[in-house]
Amino acid sequence: MTLTPVLTKRFGTDQPWKIDNYERLDGYAGLKKALRLQPDEIVGIVKDSNLRGRGGAGFPTGMKWSFIPKDNPKPKYVVINADEGEPGTCRDLPLMMNDPHSMIEGIIIACYAVGANHAFVYIRGEAVHAIRRVTAAVQEAQAKGYLGANILGSGFDCRITVHGGAGAYICGEETALLDSLEGRRGQPRLKPPFPATNGLYDSPTVVNNVGTLASVPYIVLGGADWFKQMGPEGSPGPCIYSLSGRIANPGQYEAPMGTTLRELIELAGGMSRGKELKFWTPGGSSTPMFTREHLDTPLDFDSAVKAGSMNGTSAVMIFDEDDCVVRAVQKWSEFYKHESCGKCTPCREGTYWYVGIYDRLERGEGTAEDLDTLLDLSDNILGRSFCALGDGATSPVSSSIKYFRDEYQRHLDGGCPYVGGRTLAGAHA
Amino acid sequence: MSGFQRDDANFRTSVIQLDRPGDPSVFSDQVRADAAELISRYPEGQARSALLPLLHLVQSEQGHVTPDGIAFCADTLGLTKAQVAAVATFYTMYKRTPTGEYLVSVCTNTLCGMLGGDEIFAALSEQLGIGNNDTTPDGKITLEHAECLAACDYAPVVTVNYEYFDNQTVGSARGIVSELTSGGTPVPTRGAPLCTFRQIERQIAGLFDDTTLAPEAAATGTPTEVGVKLAIDRGDTAPSYAIERAGESVLSQGERLSVGGSEAADHAVDNSAETDAEATARRAGKQRSPSAHDAPLATAESDPKNPAEPGTEKGA
Repeated sequence: MTLTPVLTKRFGTDQPWKIDNYERLDGYAGLKKALRLQPDEIVGIVKDSNLRGRGGAGFPTGMKWSFIPKDNPKPKYVVINADEGEPGTCRDLPLMMNDPHSMIEGIIIACYAVGANHAFVYIRGEAVHAIRRVTAAVQEAQAKGYLGANILGSGFDCRITVHGGAGAYICGEETALLDSLEGRRGQPRLKPPFPATNGLYDSPTVVNNVGTLASVPYIVLGGADWFKQMGPEGSPGPCIYSLSGRIANPGQYEAPMGTTLRELIELAGGMSRGKELKFWTPGGSSTPMFTREHLDTPLDFDSAVKAGSMNGTSAVMIFDEDDCVVRAVQKWSEFYKHESCGKCTPCREGTYWYVGIYDRLERGEGTAEDLDTLLDLSDNILGRSFCALGDGATSPVSSSIKYFRDEYQRHLDGGCPYVGGRTLAGAHA
Repeated sequence: MSGFQRDDANFRTSVIQLDRPGDPSVFSDQVRADAAELISRYPEGQARSALLPLLHLVQSEQGHVTPDGIAFCADTLGLTKAQVAAVATFYTMYKRTPTGEYLVSVCTNTLCGMLGGDEIFAALSEQLGIGNNDTTPDGKITLEHAECLAACDYAPVVTVNYEYFDNQTVGSARGIVSELTSGGTPVPTRGAPLCTFRQIERQIAGLFDDTTLAPEAAATGTPTEVGVKLAIDRGDTAPSYAIERAGESVLSQGERLSVGGSEAADHAVDNSAETDAEATARRAGKQRSPSAHDAPLATAESDPKNPAEPGTEKGA
């Protein structure tokens, strides 16, 4: 197992967010190369690389770009989803803080590839530090002629608008993000039509994650075959694993797709308090949890699905044997209830019911029926809600009951065995 | 409705206090100019896209979204007040009641909560004598619990006006609040210096000056760099690739890039033009930061198969 820093390679160098330092480390070399190629050639390289979206769904990026219709007379847009808010996920903000230009370079290349002249970076409002840094980086890039009119003499024009959100997890869903960017409540749209044909302002739009676009300059420079040297063929490239929780050295570890948790824990110095691993998420709270039996599951898009979960945002939250799984899921359920946009009934009502039942379980007032109700609710939310938020809300519930039914049982027999003197903030209730 | 506890401040469908029509004229010409600047960032005919920034702007003037702010946004964008209020009530960051000078947010989502965030929230609530979304009587501090703040590798985290205080304990969080209460300005672990709630709302709206852009603010820490440092220690690198490097002078003259000639050469990735002497000088006194030459991808200088002449690329 080898660490393969690519997107993180400038972290820790001297002020890597400044354009002079970025240029010194091959910054904007990918753009220069891209502008010598035809747009279709760039789409071809990205397709060949098998780059899959780092925002969670793992959709092939090159294919997404190729869906942008060429004969549509409307302007085309590139929108960057920087609304990082999936519990456990802490990768895009450090990337934008430390190396904003790699994302900006990727944006310009993407715009050139799909024929867009205006891109929008939608950054979650709480992340004002990233809004600040990306704004400064856009100004630097403009001053150097990488943005604006006739970029580097190529005849290609491109501008970037940095847009702050206002605190709504749902805006990480791409169509809710587009509605929010149009100045509306952030509620998801019915699909189809998809953003590729009817996106921002009803125009053809590419929506990509920060890490996806930050990967593009390297792929253009190194080529598709270089990218595929890392990770499995169907899900290649480097992956930033964000380790948090009961681990000695939490943080950002960039390794080839397909790295296992056993390897990651070893890299991160082992568990933090000498306890055994109990449960963990491979890619944020919306991905079904794993247990010790999944220590050797390769963490890439395809293998994680085969093992019953998803790679998601590669946000690995690690919990040990002293952590109550029911309490963990209770708190995640409170989150989904708070963040449900209210548009569709299964998600809005289902998450509300989840919270009520988990409160009872933690108080020791749960019944055997409650477990059946939880599973029944999950059945009625999964696949029946308007967008992936509802599906995500069921993941921790269903997977925790699957792996830890006995622990739920113990909650029925006298309340939470872990609580001790702890009380929940309970502010959502 | 006995037995049903409504959390008014957090209740999604509760309306903003629209007990009066609101007066858009209370905002200055400067605010109008700011609004026009924000609107200009969106395509012609798409002014409504500026609504979220405008709501942050009026909040930066009045400390929360008031009937005046709603009326101002509606007037400026040609919307109805109902349309604006519908948006304002959807998003958590638009406050419906006067917000303190400092907004203290404690992450109580699962990861932070279980690593101590719940205890921190309870301790601060007790210390300040207020609950979630409440403000101290002197208008100094508003306390809220927050959803995941995307800093799980620094858990548990607390933010003050959205600036990070990492790896908190009950004691350290109490210390931050004590300092705020006594008129001090605690220093965030990463990022820009602390400012007031109204000042930060102006930044979130997208309005910066050279100072508030804080170009020197490091905003990095051990967890952010831990993987890359480990890679250096282990000698791990990503596979290298050869790139064509055309002379930059060609570009700077505004011509199309051309490959070939003596300027095009194969280099390994991360091909720094910096000399070792420069790197050493820059690194002096900054031990914790590995230089570009320590960056984990193979550099031309460190790779004997790809000899380079440092300093030649830039001016070639």
